[in-house]
Amino acid sequence: MSANKQSGKAAGQKSGKAISQNKGIVGQPVNRVDGRLKVTGAARYAVEFPFENVAYAALVGTTIANGRIKSFDLSAAQKVPGVLHIMTHENAPKLKPVVTNPAEGDAAGRRVPMQSPVVYYSGQYIALVVAETLEQARRAAELIRVTYEEQPPATDMDRERGKAYVPKQRVAGKPADSTRGNPDAGLSGAAVRVDEIYRTPTEHHNPMEPHATTAVWEGDKLTVYDATQYTYGVRHAMAVTFGVPEENVRIICKFTGGGFGCKGTVWAHVPLAAAAARQVKRPVRLATTRQQMFANMGHRAETEQRVALGATSDGKLTAIIHEGLTHTSVYDEYVEPFSKPTHMMYATENFRASQRLVPLNVGTPTYMRAPGETPGMFALESALDELAYKLNMDPIQLRLINHAETDPDGKLPWSTKLLKESYKIGAERFGWSRRKPQPNSMRDGRYLIGMGMATAVYPVNHFPASARARIRQDGTAIAESSTHDLGTGAYTVLTQVAAETLGLPMERVRVEIGDTNLPKAFVSGGSATTMSVGSAIQGAARGAITKLKEIARADKSSPLYGATAEQVVAKDGRLSLSDNPAKGETYAEILSRARTEEVEASFDMQFNDRQKTHSSHSFGAHFAEVRVDPDFGEVRVTRFGGVFDVGRVMNMKLAESQMRGGIVMGLGMALMEETVLDKNLGHVVNRDLAEYHVPVNADVPHMDVLLLENFDEYASPIGAKGAGEIGIVGVAAAIANAVYHATGVRVRDLPITPDKLMGKGALA
Amino acid sequence: MGWEKEYEEFLATLDAVDSALLTASGADDEEIMAFLSEDGEARRRFLKQVLITGGGVAAANLLLSYRLNIFAQTDRAANSSSTQTDSAGTIAVTLRVNGKSYPLQLEPQVTLLDALRERVGLTGSKKGCDRGQCGACTVLADGHRINSCLALAAAYEGAEITTVEGLAHGDELHPMQAAFIKHDGFQCGYCTPGQIMSAVGLLKEGCPPGLGVRECMSGNICRCGAYNGIVAAIEEVSGTKA
Amino acid sequence: MNSFTYKRATSQAEAIRDVAGNSNAKFLAGGTNLIDLMKMNVQQPGELIDINRLALKKIEEIPGGLRLGALASNSEVANDRRVRERFPVLSEALLAGASPQLRNMATVGGNLLQRTRCYYFMDTAFPCNKRVPGSGCPAIPGFNRIHAILGASDKCIATHPSDMCVALVALDAVIRVEGPRGVREMKLTDLHRLPGDTPQIDTNLQADELIVAVDLPSTAFAKRSGYLKVRDRAQYAFALVSVAVALEIKNGKIMAARLALGGVAHKPWRSQEAERVLTGAQANAQTFKAAALAAVTGAVPQKHNAFKIEMAKRAVVRILNQVAGGKQGGAA
Repeated sequence: MSANKQSGKAAGQKSGKAISQNKGIVGQPVNRVDGRLKVTGAARYAVEFPFENVAYAALVGTTIANGRIKSFDLSAAQKVPGVLHIMTHENAPKLKPVVTNPAEGDAAGRRVPMQSPVVYYSGQYIALVVAETLEQARRAAELIRVTYEEQPPATDMDRERGKAYVPKQRVAGKPADSTRGNPDAGLSGAAVRVDEIYRTPTEHHNPMEPHATTAVWEGDKLTVYDATQYTYGVRHAMAVTFGVPEENVRIICKFTGGGFGCKGTVWAHVPLAAAAARQVKRPVRLATTRQQMFANMGHRAETEQRVALGATSDGKLTAIIHEGLTHTSVYDEYVEPFSKPTHMMYATENFRASQRLVPLNVGTPTYMRAPGETPGMFALESALDELAYKLNMDPIQLRLINHAETDPDGKLPWSTKLLKESYKIGAERFGWSRRKPQPNSMRDGRYLIGMGMATAVYPVNHFPASARARIRQDGTAIAESSTHDLGTGAYTVLTQVAAETLGLPMERVRVEIGDTNLPKAFVSGGSATTMSVGSAIQGAARGAITKLKEIARADKSSPLYGATAEQVVAKDGRLSLSDNPAKGETYAEILSRARTEEVEASFDMQFNDRQKTHSSHSFGAHFAEVRVDPDFGEVRVTRFGGVFDVGRVMNMKLAESQMRGGIVMGLGMALMEETVLDKNLGHVVNRDLAEYHVPVNADVPHMDVLLLENFDEYASPIGAKGAGEIGIVGVAAAIANAVYHATGVRVRDLPITPDKLMGKGALA
Repeated sequence: MGWEKEYEEFLATLDAVDSALLTASGADDEEIMAFLSEDGEARRRFLKQVLITGGGVAAANLLLSYRLNIFAQTDRAANSSSTQTDSAGTIAVTLRVNGKSYPLQLEPQVTLLDALRERVGLTGSKKGCDRGQCGACTVLADGHRINSCLALAAAYEGAEITTVEGLAHGDELHPMQAAFIKHDGFQCGYCTPGQIMSAVGLLKEGCPPGLGVRECMSGNICRCGAYNGIVAAIEEVSGTKA
Repeated sequence: MNSFTYKRATSQAEAIRDVAGNSNAKFLAGGTNLIDLMKMNVQQPGELIDINRLALKKIEEIPGGLRLGALASNSEVANDRRVRERFPVLSEALLAGASPQLRNMATVGGNLLQRTRCYYFMDTAFPCNKRVPGSGCPAIPGFNRIHAILGASDKCIATHPSDMCVALVALDAVIRVEGPRGVREMKLTDLHRLPGDTPQIDTNLQADELIVAVDLPSTAFAKRSGYLKVRDRAQYAFALVSVAVALEIKNGKIMAARLALGGVAHKPWRSQEAERVLTGAQANAQTFKAAALAAVTGAVPQKHNAFKIEMAKRAVVRILNQVAGGKQGGAA
């Protein structure tokens, strides 16, 4: 139980300082090992691998959102010089359904790669052109004329709410309707109540690299260079879709230009690129456009959430109800599980969560950074803030009163939870005490100033992962697993884990990822990669060292001959006796004498029995200061602070970057991000980066991020809890709460654009 | 077919003219050889056109001005050339990228970005939106940062283009590249070449009065949210604080 | 993007001749708008006449003012010391627009001819009267948060997106245009049109006319001028509402005034109603409030943009205060 001591300490006052307890390589704030490749432009993304004779593909999307294709006129397109092939549902090869991972069930998503004339949503791919050049392919695609039989599309969740249904699948592992105690009685009998509707709009991931694929067939063997978070999932999907054995399919992804969830499954363009390559018998390069990404690669579904809180007059929660709607597509089901965090966040006997789905003529939604938590915690943490004002209580105090000492959902103890410390340290660093409790009470010149806070939470997820470690005769080592680095720092962190376990400096360890010829790893999602793949690499590296020890201990010429495995340690590229470091020899010496090129060990990390005794989550607290223009309602975030408990921090520099990245995306969610569907025609109107606003440099202040020192042995063998997603959770609430504090205007429908503030509260 | 004889005669002198001009332009032997051999087709096509339309001294002068224009690296405004689309719908364009000449035969609609990525083989410049809305394609043209996705390659003939591949000197990184690594000014790396080129351009251009580094770097979107590191890197290299 | 032929013009006369001789030809300057629209198939010229090498880049003194060459980049103009000191509203407007990269590419002439950012115009999946006359305006029953509140018609509610043009209106700028029939001058306020029944026609320029320069007259009010832009993010966003003002003030009294709004109409919207209120009045809060009211005379909101009326009024008051008080404009 030592790991449950909750001895949270600030891990150094400034970023870049090593964590004291970590003497080794893990924990050091080293620079990214792939940094040089990225800053010199040498890192190759999916459509940047050179091929002789490569052909280019371009996709055509529908211009209607519901109906059927009546006919195509390809005559103009066919006349474009260089056109090699035009594919529509009329001549496309019959493809079996695309399924990324059967274990994920419906959530993996049904894809529609041009197998029928039915149109489910605007922008759905209905034709593909292959040509000699990119320009020719694009031009021919533009010239394809289509006639449709059009039906009115379902575009408005509000208008279609009569069609709401109970999700067929579970909502983040829970029933769609979950109840504890008697929430309605707890609410109606409460001294103080908040009962409000919160809305979050459709959002798009918009990684900077649009989805892209290069497909190469050699006979019935397929190699796909894909922009993905899940090489093995793509392999499985391609094997099933094309009816070839999995061993015949190889997926390569050395770098992913951002994902945030939308590259976690296979979308229709991947099988289409492969089908096109098979047809023209040439490598085919298919880069989707930014516009196509707004239709075909998923999105975060909009939500309409009722949060009802009941509390005693001293702030103890007597009921939490969190229920509402999200949308899905008309042809498939995805649930944005906004109620997920509410199950476990605060101590209350009376709780209900309930979610319904409304089918719309849109592409199927998908995971986007902290699915569920991100919209859900906006609603819950806004409601908590509203309750705090009603109680005339500091919002941190309210959260401390309702702090869950055990997981209220399953009553399990937390593995570790440094949430109280996060509030306390965060408040101190941010200067929370300078906040005047009343809304509309702080000024900087003409500007209205406000401070707000919110809680962050994200569960520990594990996925099975396999890895291989090879110690080579030249004294270097290679660690391998087909995971991905989408900016998360996987290359670097895994190198640190491998190097430390192998007793080698990082420069002598190379990590290979992103290739299904390497051992299997799961999707890089759920903030699980470091824990899952890191643990697998640690296991493989230990195995390789054990093998090396065996060679040395059995070799009469070795100074370690006859020693027990426990007596021998691996350090600085040498095996030596732990009580007599002088007695030992280098890995190179051991392997040379044994005439062995390398020792290799594999490890399969399984987490089957974990988490049954403990409930594991990362936690944190966000603090936002905003400056609101009193005339126009322009909100600028002027300061931001976040304190987090993500278990053991493998690399402080990269982990801080992860937190900052999440905060920036949360800032976008709070103030500007919204995908707007034309309600009459069903097209996304703002399907570009000029009108779908994401934060630019000038929107983002310096963010003071602190990660607390912790080691969670229950969460993962390497002590980490996961850092990829928690950074975004609660940010929108912290900012919305700060806006309320600045202005007295409570905005419950994101984003908080100027028009929602102007003329109200302090802006009247 | 009277032009054929003239064509043969001119061809012989052309190599000499080219060599002289290339030498004058500072091109090294390798580049001269590359131009004379690989660009043969483009040169012949051009010459053919000149001879059909004009001929004689006029043609020679035109030819000379065409050549001069290609190597007028610093002054794109040189009022000298009349590049035109040929009957096959393509155009001869010689791009100067990172100090090297790349003679290309392109459809006029090929953007500078696509020419770099798909024709020249320099994939460091990225395509994030293809519409000037993200900055991932930022390169320097005669030292100024531009969105190469909205630039027609043909229109940038004669400009000195610098891409991210042209920043480092061998193993020695440009200070901005080193600072981006040090301050972790990137995550996925896809916007990074554009960010770095924009940062290098900013150093030269300077920030207009009243604007800070953050404002002057707002043409480069980083969805990973590495803005704090980007600003720190630029401040370190420029020796300023925003 | 459609196929087109490309020609690099070597002289103004040649460029004009080429475009005059081909109704499907267009001039190519910075390309930041035209190439984008071509990529989206909104525009499909058959020939591009690249005018970038013409000698039209100079910013030069002329009797009674400053002449901006049509090919001077937005950056060059914004950073020109003479512009910053004598026509500050123009520098502020330019720096409030686009991104540094785009400002390096975009030209004075091109910016004048920038087309609307209406979502429905930019996307050929939609009908649009401006793009395909008679096909309808889906913005009116659709999502119209960014659309016009002034001067719109039942055919089109698009707005003009330029920041620069709003400033130029407030500076009484005159454009110099060269065509096959010679050179003519046109007040900037006469360049852009309201949509009426012909929203497909943005300007009163003929297709074969080339903008060669913009002249900024040295007026008493140009020096005391400023720009204010309200937007959804801190940079790199089009205006929800913007205002350019220029004032001549003597002993607290406004002798002359120019006021133009951006983001509210199919053209940069000069408000002579507001100017009348201001001219001759004391430079005080009461006057500014009255001018703000006058500036939105006749405003008609759409379903999602009623906020623009109030926003415009507030912006007018704010920038009048700033300019009258001698402070810099720019971002709100």
